[in-house]
Amino acid sequence: MVRHLFVLLLLTALGTLFFALQAGFSPDSELNQVGRYYASHTAQDLGAANIVTAIIVTYRGLDTLGEVTVLFLASTIIGMVLSKGMQKGGKVSDLPPAGELLSTGSRLLVPLILLLGCYVFINGHLTPGGGFQGGAILASAALMLLLADPLRPFNSRFIAVVESTSGLLYVVIGVLGIFVAGGFLDNRILPLGSYGTIFSAGAIPIIYTLIGLKVGAEFSSMLLKLSKTEER
Amino acid sequence: MADIAMATGFILILIGIFGALTNRNMLRMIVGFVIASTGVNLVMVAVGYMRGRTAPILDDAVPVADAVTRIIDPLPQALVLTAIVIGLGVTALMLAFTYRLFVTKGTLDISKFRELKW
Repeated sequence: MVRHLFVLLLLTALGTLFFALQAGFSPDSELNQVGRYYASHTAQDLGAANIVTAIIVTYRGLDTLGEVTVLFLASTIIGMVLSKGMQKGGKVSDLPPAGELLSTGSRLLVPLILLLGCYVFINGHLTPGGGFQGGAILASAALMLLLADPLRPFNSRFIAVVESTSGLLYVVIGVLGIFVAGGFLDNRILPLGSYGTIFSAGAIPIIYTLIGLKVGAEFSSMLLKLSKTEER
Repeated sequence: MADIAMATGFILILIGIFGALTNRNMLRMIVGFVIASTGVNLVMVAVGYMRGRTAPILDDAVPVADAVTRIIDPLPQALVLTAIVIGLGVTALMLAFTYRLFVTKGTLDISKFRELKW
């Protein structure tokens, strides 16, 4: 009970703090200096219609590379932590069947979900969306397959190849930027194209496609590892 | 609108911390952390919102010329996108570690793990 009292005290203090923050908050009436720079320069400098994408892939591209690295590390550590519990395969399953609705529905929906994921990350520089969202959608297709048949054999070697190839190409494109354009991960190694079309914004669609494939492969392999782990 | 979103975010943070601190079951604690991080993301997006403006995506409706006066701050949104992805990685890690702890002790009760307690 004493512990709950401390928790309540802490929450009251935090709540007071939050209330003061909220009461004293007045939204900006115009963009701050950094925001104004991005708003006015993104279109002619980088050619991307989605300013958030331009910030993530180019202006703060190094941070995104770090973010992808963090995800890679998380997926690797999950593999390491769970590796002892991995099933060796070939075990006869005594799971009940998934049911007609789920197994037929997954056959119908998985290609469409994969298509939607690819659409989301290829159009990341024009519409809301991008590599991380598209990758998550790709992984949801893998999740659906796993739900329909938890013991389905996945080609995890293919997933690993996709992941490492796209990660490597991402860094290669970044290094190309040093030699061909203004710096590491500069998107102007390719012509900017006509503004607002799919072949625009230089290397941003390519980088975001690579990020999407990598994130999708990482999330899928995380799901696979979590699903294949079983206590014996 | 932004006020409601921000208040919701703060309340979610409080609910999440309450859940993580009072529950002894590790899975429930993870749910608490996820709720709290959702609240943090919501607050950050609400801070970047400006009344009467639109999303930072330039198209026919928002021409390049008056982008500065028509769009909201894109930086919090980029930050939250990063935060969501990292949050997902952290959640997956927590789940994996919880599984290993469950295998070693056969329980999910955090008060049974006393090795690092002083």
